[in-house]
Parts: sequence; structure tokens; C-alpha cells
Amino acid sequence: MADGSRDNAPWFLSAPGLALFAALLGAPLVLTVMLSFYQFDYSTGGIQPAFSFTNYLDVLSDSYFHKIFGRTFGVALLVTVVCILIGVPEAYVLNRMRNPWKSIFLLIVIGPLLISVIVRTLGWALLFGSQGGISTALQWLGLADGPVSLMFTMTGMTIALVHVLVPFMVLAVWASLQRLDPQVEDAALSLGASQMTVLRRIVLPQVMPGILSGSMIVFSLTASAFATPSIIGGRRMKVVATTAYDEYLSTLNWPLGAAIAIVLLVATAVIIMSYNRLIERRYARVFE
Amino acid sequence: MRRNGLVSLVFHTLFIAFILAPLLAVIAVSFTGKGYLSLPTDGLSLRWFRTILDYPGFIDAFWMSLYLGTAASTIAVSVAVPAAIAIGRYEFTGREAVTAVFLSPLMIPSVVLGVSFLRFFNQIGLSGTFIGITLAHVIMVMPYAIRLVLASVTGMPRDAEQAAATLGASNWTVFRRITLPLILPGIAGGWLLAFITSFDEVTMSIFVASPETMTLPVRMYHHIAQTIDPLIAAISTLLMVGTVALLVLLDRLYGLDRVLVGKG
Repeated sequence: MADGSRDNAPWFLSAPGLALFAALLGAPLVLTVMLSFYQFDYSTGGIQPAFSFTNYLDVLSDSYFHKIFGRTFGVALLVTVVCILIGVPEAYVLNRMRNPWKSIFLLIVIGPLLISVIVRTLGWALLFGSQGGISTALQWLGLADGPVSLMFTMTGMTIALVHVLVPFMVLAVWASLQRLDPQVEDAALSLGASQMTVLRRIVLPQVMPGILSGSMIVFSLTASAFATPSIIGGRRMKVVATTAYDEYLSTLNWPLGAAIAIVLLVATAVIIMSYNRLIERRYARVFE
Repeated sequence: MRRNGLVSLVFHTLFIAFILAPLLAVIAVSFTGKGYLSLPTDGLSLRWFRTILDYPGFIDAFWMSLYLGTAASTIAVSVAVPAAIAIGRYEFTGREAVTAVFLSPLMIPSVVLGVSFLRFFNQIGLSGTFIGITLAHVIMVMPYAIRLVLASVTGMPRDAEQAAATLGASNWTVFRRITLPLILPGIAGGWLLAFITSFDEVTMSIFVASPETMTLPVRMYHHIAQTIDPLIAAISTLLMVGTVALLVLLDRLYGLDRVLVGKG
């Protein structure tokens, strides 16, 4: 298997995968983009294959959709900020631990990524209900007079989403901390820098790429989250993903649902790409 | 090496409590002997675990998810191995683009994948079939398979291969006897991560799953959307136990932090 012996060898090797992706990812996406320009016939429930921008005009001009898109990206931003605020210090603390504690806690923090989102969300639903743990605890502490429920609230939805996504932030920052040379920190300390200065001037700039890539992951996954907003937020706190789901499976207006999904895809891509562009310009030196 | 201060440790304790709280809540509720939900619970009972047996829907869904995860990750890994060798071994125009294609499902929101597969399978007559949902899952888990196999392909030493080739082994023999055993940990890790991802997937599956092909997480979602009871907590507890077992296996096989750095 000498490298480059035949120019078409790599193409030959990746052909099965590429064919699979063209047929099973390319074609469905193209069909969905086409579908988003078709018309839904409310009288017959059928789909009229006539090209028009109606669905996009509906999504982009209706205040009902504005609210849903606003809420979705608002929650995504909030969840990202909270994940930075608690995930970054946790990654730093974890990195300074000794083994075996280091590996044990790392497993506890990132292991939940592999536990079904449904299970984790169910846990929060159990804690949030008016008969749940948080309500009981608040009443016992005398902080609340009666049952409190965080179900179907923005606060509840944010807490649950932070729980689901914060491991990604810890992981991204953890990865960049591995490349940090502890001797630089020691040098700064021995030269008389305070702990705070070391964090701000030495550690933070070096883990910045990790924080930024972590926030991109957290933001885009929150923007398209379905199960958690659907269970915790319910019908009162609809987000883009749950709205698209309702259009597809309740209203059966597939063209409108497709348009909502495409707008979500494009909006997320634009936000992530402009953020990426911004970072690359500011931190050009940090990236290799 | 400096130690963590008191403030750091208090923060760390709170953080760990936050991570574990919902998981412990699920476990606590699943052992209740009462017919309804309440936290905290008193008394331990296996009543709700026995009740699962009265719900064949969940048991069928479990087997469905198991078959689906096995089929999807096996197909994904067999396609990923040659592709990873192409990307990891050869310099060719379009290499970056090929990599991007294989990783693209990570960039596309699951809802978008879900609606696209729904429409596509509807058009080609595969909607609601096992083949349909399997193919959808192959695409979904491919990035994980590619990443882990690629990491082991680029990380493996080449001298044994060159020695074998010099001694007259054919390309196929070199691959089968040298390359494959050396990248096996990556293949196994990739397969396991792909399997877990497929087994847990909800958002995309909810669009493609029919009553006959309903996966366990999808059935659980529909149950929770109707009612939250100790039964669903008992099922979740079993699922957690299974996941933790696989997780320990994956950690032994490959190192969990290395596996998960790319999950997202």
C-alpha cells in the first residue's frame, strides 16, 4: 500500500461512503429544500408541487414565528453563557486534581453525554414538578409557601439544557488545558504574579480556543434541541424544533415544516460561521 | 503541582451535585413502592421493575433499538474503514471536502435530518421500514465511526506494513494481517460510540420511526409526553445501568475523554 501509487486509490476507497452520503444525505436534503417551496392545500391536505416563496414569507413575517425563533436563539445564547460560566472553572478544577480523583470526576462529568437525553430530561421533570424534589426542598427550607413548579418555564428549560450540554464545554476546555504547560504558570507565580493575574493573563488566553469551540457546539445543539424543550417547556415554551415537529406530525403541513427546518439550518450556520470568522481573526495566533 | 483551594472544591462539589441530581432523582423514583410519583420517596420496592414486563411495547422497542444500533454501527464502520484509510494515508485533491462530507451530519440539526429522511423515505417507498430507519442511523453515526477509525489510522506506525510488503505480502494480506489488527481498537471504539449514539438518538428517529420500528427512546418520549410515572423511571434506571457498563468498557478500550472530545 504505497502512498500515491495510484491517484484514484483514495477515491476508490472512499467511494462506498461517498455514494451512501450522496444517496442518503444529499438527496433527502435537496428534496426537503424543494418541499419547502411547495404549497400545502388545507382543503385536501395534499401538497401542490408549485414553486413559491409563501412558506418562507410566512415564517419570516409572522410574529408567531418571530417569537419562536427569538426564544430559541435566546435560550441558546443563555445556555451557552451559563455553560461557559460553570463549565470553564470546572474543567480547570478537574485538571488540577490528582489521580484517581481526576479520572473518576472526569468520568462523572462527561459520562452523562452517553446517557440518553430522555433519561436526563426525565430526571429534571421529576425534580421540577410541584410534587418534585426542588419544590419539597424549598418548602422544607421555608423558602416557598406552597408547591413550586419549574415545569413549562424558561428557567426550568434553561437549567435542564445546561445540564444536557455543559459536558461538551468541560470537554472542549479540558482538551485545550492538556496543551497548557504548567511551568509557564509556575514561572509567572514565582515572578510575583497573583493567582488572579495568572488565570487572566496565562491560563485564559490559552484555553480561549477551547471555550470558543465549546460554545459553538453548545449553541448549535441548543438551537436545534428537541426532546428537552418539548418535555420541560411543553406547548407553552415552543422552540423551532418542536414547532417543526408539530407542523409535520400534527398539522401535516410538511412544506411549512420544511421551511421552518431550512430557516433553522441556515440561521444556525450563519451564526456559527460568522462567530468562527470573528474568532479566527482575533485569535489567529492561538490556532497552531 | 498546586492543589485546589477551598473555593474551588466547594464549586466542584456543587457542580458534581448538579450533574448527578437528575440521575439520582430517576433512580430514587424507580424504587418507589407507591403507585404515584413523589420525591423524596420512602421504602424500597422492585414493584415498578416487575411492571415493565407487563408493557411489551417497551420490550419490543428495546430489541428494536438493539438491532438498529447493531446494524447501523456495523454498516457505518465497514464503510468508515476504507474511507478513513483514504483520508489518513493519501494526499489527494478533495481530501478536505471528503472529510467534511463524512463529518457533515454533526453540523446539520437533527430536526433537519429527521424531516429530510421522512420526506425522502416517503418518496422512495421506504417510510416506516426497518431498512429506512437503519440507513438514516448509518448517516447519523458515520462521523463518530470515521473519527475514531481515522485517529487510529493516522496514529499507527507504518514500519510493520512496509516490512511485510518488502517481504512480498500482497496488499490484501498486509491489510488483513497487519493494518486491521493495529487499527482494531479504533474500529471497536468507533463501533461502540456509534452504537451508543444510535441507541440514544431521539430527535431524528421521532420523525422516521413508525409504530413497527419505534425505538426505545422514541417510545419513552411518547410515554413521558403523556404521563410521567415510576414505570418510566424504572426503565430509565435500567437504561442507565446498561449505559454505564458500556461506558466503562469504552473507557477501558479507548479512554473516554479521547472518545468524547469530538462528540458534538
